[in-house]
Amino acid sequence: MDAPASEKRLEQLREKAWQEGVVPGRGVDVVGGPIPRKPGYYGEPVVKPPVWTWEIPLYFFFGGIAGMSAVIALAAILFHHVDVARAAMWLAAISGAILSPILLILDLGRPHLFLNMLRVFKHRSAMSMGAWILTAFGTCAVPGLIALELHAHQILPGTLDQLLSLAAGLFIFGSAIFGTLLATYTGVLIGATAIPAWFLHRTLLPIHFGTAGLGSAAAVLELLGYRIAALNFLGFYAAAVESALLIWLSVDRHGVADRAIHEHGSGWLIRIGEVLNGPLALILRFFGLVPLAAISFLIGALVSRFGWIAVGKVSGCDPESVFAAER
Amino acid sequence: MIGEGLHSTNQSKHSYVQDHVEVGFFTDPTVCIGCKACEVACKEWNQVPDDGFTWTGNSYDNTGHLGASTWRHVMFLEQDRAKGNQVAGPMSLDQDPFRWIFLSDVCKHCEEAGCLEACPTGSIVRTEVGSVLVQNDVCNGCGYCVVSCPFGVIDRRPSPLPDAGGAFKCTFCYDRQKSGLVPACAKVCPTESIVFGRLDDLRAKASQRVQQLQQSGYNDAQLYDPTDTSVRGIHAFFLILGEPEAYGLPPKPQVPTIYLKSAWTAAFATAIASIIATLVAFAFSS
Repeated sequence: MDAPASEKRLEQLREKAWQEGVVPGRGVDVVGGPIPRKPGYYGEPVVKPPVWTWEIPLYFFFGGIAGMSAVIALAAILFHHVDVARAAMWLAAISGAILSPILLILDLGRPHLFLNMLRVFKHRSAMSMGAWILTAFGTCAVPGLIALELHAHQILPGTLDQLLSLAAGLFIFGSAIFGTLLATYTGVLIGATAIPAWFLHRTLLPIHFGTAGLGSAAAVLELLGYRIAALNFLGFYAAAVESALLIWLSVDRHGVADRAIHEHGSGWLIRIGEVLNGPLALILRFFGLVPLAAISFLIGALVSRFGWIAVGKVSGCDPESVFAAER
Repeated sequence: MIGEGLHSTNQSKHSYVQDHVEVGFFTDPTVCIGCKACEVACKEWNQVPDDGFTWTGNSYDNTGHLGASTWRHVMFLEQDRAKGNQVAGPMSLDQDPFRWIFLSDVCKHCEEAGCLEACPTGSIVRTEVGSVLVQNDVCNGCGYCVVSCPFGVIDRRPSPLPDAGGAFKCTFCYDRQKSGLVPACAKVCPTESIVFGRLDDLRAKASQRVQQLQQSGYNDAQLYDPTDTSVRGIHAFFLILGEPEAYGLPPKPQVPTIYLKSAWTAAFATAIASIIATLVAFAFSS
């Protein structure tokens, strides 16, 4: 018995689909259907992609600048660059105690409940640790800045001023310690998740975020006019580390499991970001084009933060990545 | 279980919450008829808003996947494999094999729950019966549980739905259980494909059922309960035919906290390296 016309048409579609890989438009993905079967359960995501929007990558950027500015401030105080220390502390306080909390609260689904972040202390939750680190950083950076400014303007008399400089030193030391954690914990935050492209690079992420933070802090200070050799050295150091990370990322491939880093728009964001804050910043700085190198590094650091969140979205929606990472 | 009628644990009152007894769901797709009564009962009892009225084209499944407003999800799989030893109609086993599988997916209530570990507000807790519960009034919607669930269950509810902004998932009908009632989905399941009961009893029944099915020619029947991974087993486990991947279930789910050690090590190393680099930079240029 001949197959009816509809069956023949179905057969044609099936052939076309197998030859070309896709059939335009939506269709029914069933056994013997005309459309090649999607991976997993109709191609549905196995894990959930992050719900975070632009606030989070921007927070990663400013949190990194804030934290590492405090480190620069500490070193500047120790080696008598008071003007650099003051600028760095202003940077730390503005981006760490004002911009960062605002961005984080904006991203919450229920911003008015932001204080619930401090309800518990959970060392096994990177988000909880991050909330406490940011709180501790703000608690040190703001008084540190105030004490430093009062001391710099010599407002208080003799002994009080000495006490003030001691307080400034202690608070800036605290800011630097919590600052290094503020700049790096964000890598732990996304590294310790169920998203394949993130957890496969959980050792690279804190190194990348921390170093990008250090380079960005130095770059902002240079653009503010503090063109000193120490900041130039830090610029070289950060760009060199970022160049090494670019090589690491292109060698340490996991095939399908982390393809979001190498394919799609997310892959391009990562590549552009890493080239700008790695090799390009390094070359520009080598030729003495310090402001250009600083701008290149800052744009790269920002783009790659957006890139990593985009990678999470692509990777989280890709069932094959999850299967490949687990098998 | 099938055939137990009024004596089934799905139909009797209990005091598991008061007695602190661990409970679970055992879901058996071989008796599921795909009626979606569990989805409806869940939505009605828990007043879960609609999850969109879209036609997916994925067999008879227009629910899609579990999420903030989808706490039960009946999957429809069409496979070109034989139905055990069954012969339906004139078809013989070697000719055009086809089987239709329905499986009601739900939050797994993991032994080591990624969402619970990740939650920075303490909104997600472990209950007396071993289930994982989100306290809606505490959740501030940070979204970290969403990326920490290895099964992609929990999600943040978007505006303009009621209670938008918070994270939601199956509550294991904790409110019903406190009053000695069976969770709505299990209570309503007409074929007892979803069985509610003591965790230890269910595990025993489930392995019995797997054996029974394998004897009936379902060679690929297996239990989906990842006890050998860092999740250390789930409280809502499934009997599946074939590979877990076909159901969108991760083959080896891991609780993300196992990645913390290496990530924090890298973070601390970077922190120390940054401090040293900065001190060196200022020391040598001063």
